[in-house]
Amino acid sequence: MIGIEHYVVVSSILFVLGVLGIFLNRKNVIVILMAIELILLAVNINLVAFSAFLGDLTGQIFAMFVLTVAAGEAAIGLAILVIYFRGRGSITVDDVNRMRG
Amino acid sequence: MDFTASLALIAPEILLSVSGLVLLLAGAWMGDGASRLVSYAAVAVLAVCAFMVAPALCSGAMGPDTVAFGGQFRADAFASFAKLLIYAAGGAALLVAPAFFERHGAMRAEYPVLVLFAVLGMGLMVSAGDLLTLYIGLELNSLSAYVLAAFLRTDERSAEAGLKYFVLGALASGILLFGMSLTYGFTGTTTFEGIRTALSGGLSTGALFGVIFMLAGLAFKIAAVPFHMWTPDVYEGAPTPVTTFFATAPKVAAVGLTMRVAMDAFGKQESAWQQVIIFAALASIVVGALGAIGQVNIKRLLAYSSINNVGFILIGLAAATQAGASAMLVYLSIYVAMSVGGFVAVLMLKDADGEAVEAIADIAGLSRTQPLLALCLAAVMFSLAGIPPLFGFWGKFVVFQAAVQADMIALAAIGIAASVIGAFYYLKIVKIMYFDEPVNKVHGKSDWIHWALLAVSAIFISPLGYLLTRWLGSLADKAAAALLFAA
Repeated sequence: MIGIEHYVVVSSILFVLGVLGIFLNRKNVIVILMAIELILLAVNINLVAFSAFLGDLTGQIFAMFVLTVAAGEAAIGLAILVIYFRGRGSITVDDVNRMRG
Repeated sequence: MDFTASLALIAPEILLSVSGLVLLLAGAWMGDGASRLVSYAAVAVLAVCAFMVAPALCSGAMGPDTVAFGGQFRADAFASFAKLLIYAAGGAALLVAPAFFERHGAMRAEYPVLVLFAVLGMGLMVSAGDLLTLYIGLELNSLSAYVLAAFLRTDERSAEAGLKYFVLGALASGILLFGMSLTYGFTGTTTFEGIRTALSGGLSTGALFGVIFMLAGLAFKIAAVPFHMWTPDVYEGAPTPVTTFFATAPKVAAVGLTMRVAMDAFGKQESAWQQVIIFAALASIVVGALGAIGQVNIKRLLAYSSINNVGFILIGLAAATQAGASAMLVYLSIYVAMSVGGFVAVLMLKDADGEAVEAIADIAGLSRTQPLLALCLAAVMFSLAGIPPLFGFWGKFVVFQAAVQADMIALAAIGIAASVIGAFYYLKIVKIMYFDEPVNKVHGKSDWIHWALLAVSAIFISPLGYLLTRWLGSLADKAAAALLFAA
């Protein structure tokens, strides 16, 4: 029987993978965008699982809002990435270092 | 509470969103030539909104009459206090922008529209009575802010600031959201009132994780240590009018939101978050003070100064009392005036060609070439350092007083010791401006709007500000009482 614990464990693993994806990745900013999506989807699994478990609809409504915002966030992230690429000609994470200190 | 009454309570938010959309259309039809007009229209909208929220603050509105849409939204005195500060900061960011962006040929009508939407999001944040409202407000603010940071599209530093802000801001939202999902799962509700009731018996491990994740996400947004690393880069890279905005309005909104979450939703579980807040406060004060010492760029220095100030504000939260909340609001008001003054002064540092001067070494001897500007900048620095005749001292005084009243003498003592370290780099700027050999780098003439804003904030932080202490204190008390109404 798959219970609520399984869902929470899966979503926690996805969340940790997403956070590691942001910090360990040194190559490509696009991978960071994917890691951010992973974090948001981990949250959605949590919300829907809790919603089903509690018999309360709020969690599923919340998940809809999160999906919508995730779409907007991805659009804005890609737009910023495009103007960044125009200026620098590269989207390697290690090159994002004009400012330091 | 019926639907009409709810709509009446969110009238300022409706006005902001409708006028944001109308101004977006106006900007699209009339082209970039109309962006000054759109900016001034946006300032007028903010002024009208300020008049709409002011009555709730003056009457100290609290309780069921201020709750709209079944607990989703609260238009109480606390929200009004924070909104007035946010509108003022947003207005300042709009007024200083045209002259700056026109020089770079980048003034577009989208700037005022984005500021309006960010302000709308911040209004929702401080009025949130539910995790869902909190999230929507936070994202509306953040998404607008990412675009604003990258607004100077041709400037590499601005694009990089936008990218860094986006990545770390999105991570912070993810952490916050994960905390909210856990809180929802372990309390079974998303309203602050429901969470409060559900946790009155005790805190389960799952809910504890929820609190910690939520506080970590919020610490990112207010730039408290250990989640501060984006601040110097973003403040340095973003166009200066946008930095003026970032240092003021979102700070007020995120601190207000943290207060609501900590003292309302988790108000019965102080022991769970008090340690975290004490650590964040002390670490922010120390890191802010030490990090600023070696800086050569004045915007970066002010970024560390803002981290330092957030630490002092969090001391009020660590006290977890009504006096602490009221002290935080007083500090925030003074902080907004100091930051606006500081960044407007930086905006006015221009060389003979009108290029921005940001290196601290280039303002050496400023007192001889631009005495009035140097005087205002010196007043801001003395005030940020908390040196008595200036108003910045009062903010620190009320915060430490609240900490001492809550029996947190050690916290107050360490805070005061660290503020002495902070005074070093503020005074260094004053020394460079007044006693070093002039390099004659700063020449440019500034818009009268810049002078007017600088004068207003300089007068507010001058000793004349003490005339306002009683009035400011009573308003902050009303707001803090409304925040703790349920307690």
